[in-house]
Amino acid sequence: MHIAEGFLPPAHAVAWGVASAPFVVHGARSLVRDVREHPESTLLLGASGAFTFVLSALKLPSVTGSCSHPTGTGLGAILFRPPVMAVLGTITLLFQALLLAHGGLTTLGANVFSMAIVGPWAGYAVYRLLRRYDLPLMGAVFCAAFVADLSTYCVTSVQLALAFPDPGSGFLGALGKFGSIFAVTQIPLAVSEGLLTVLVMRLLVQSSKGELTRLGVLVASAAGKKRAESAESAQAVAR
Amino acid sequence: MSRNAKINSLLLLLVAALAVVPLAFGLGDHKEEPFAGADGEAETAITEIDPDYEPWFSPLYEPPSGEIESALFALQAAIGAGVLAYYFGLRRGRRQGEARTRERAAEDACAADAVDTADAGDAGMDAGASAGTGDGRD
Repeated sequence: MHIAEGFLPPAHAVAWGVASAPFVVHGARSLVRDVREHPESTLLLGASGAFTFVLSALKLPSVTGSCSHPTGTGLGAILFRPPVMAVLGTITLLFQALLLAHGGLTTLGANVFSMAIVGPWAGYAVYRLLRRYDLPLMGAVFCAAFVADLSTYCVTSVQLALAFPDPGSGFLGALGKFGSIFAVTQIPLAVSEGLLTVLVMRLLVQSSKGELTRLGVLVASAAGKKRAESAESAQAVAR
Repeated sequence: MSRNAKINSLLLLLVAALAVVPLAFGLGDHKEEPFAGADGEAETAITEIDPDYEPWFSPLYEPPSGEIESALFALQAAIGAGVLAYYFGLRRGRRQGEARTRERAAEDACAADAVDTADAGDAGMDAGASAGTGDGRD
């Protein structure tokens, strides 16, 4: 999903930068507020950023015969809400742009928009929706990570198609072309990311119940209460 | 192996399988350059669509060789994995420490209970006596 340095026309580069900036600033503010109010969550915050760091460095082969990498933004979006991920994702992208010549400074705005803004928000939306319909936690986590990953690459395809419409078939033709490079390649990788995110979430449930309850991911006490209530009413009925 | 550990290993195995299958079945063989990066392919597609396009900015720093580049990618993954491992290690250690404190507290409570039951008779008498003196003062 990294659009290479200099590969977006200046007008597009500036437009995506302007679109991304408010999200990153707002994210930085909420990150600072989170850390100030809950200093104990700093460590888990670091772990979420670290997950993005690992996953976006993992280039995996895909069924299309090319390689790509997951994004790892779904986990942090579920735990700390998407604005925080706008910051953590931007840090990751900056690291890659400055040290690895992967992505770039002129395309940072566009890359931040796809990986650190749309991905986390899309994943978070799916997570909330599925949880509202009482899907089990791990099912919702898998779908959220899958969608966060895949939507990032779809946005990249749209960004490139907008900048380079096909001379014959226009925007849609170019979208098909970039989509087949990015989005199709990404499907199995998004599955991998979903599985890895579920794995980390399982480890978190085992190790950090209190933290997850505070963040609203686990509602153990409420569910326990509900179960107790239903058991009581069942007893009442039996009587 | 506990049920939890089994499920976790199965998840890792599935991820590994998803990565190995394309390689094992040679799904990149139809390409000139099998398993190239999608990012690079997109650059090629751009130059196909618009052959005149010239990147107008170049990276400030570019790793001088593929080796250096892979070293920096490994560094990125290592930093991330290190922080994750630190987090889970710390949590595990804390949990074990808490469990140990709880055990010790439970042992202490047991010992204290034994003493309490032995003293219960005396305590009752004491209470009665103090109540008596209280009444006397009124």
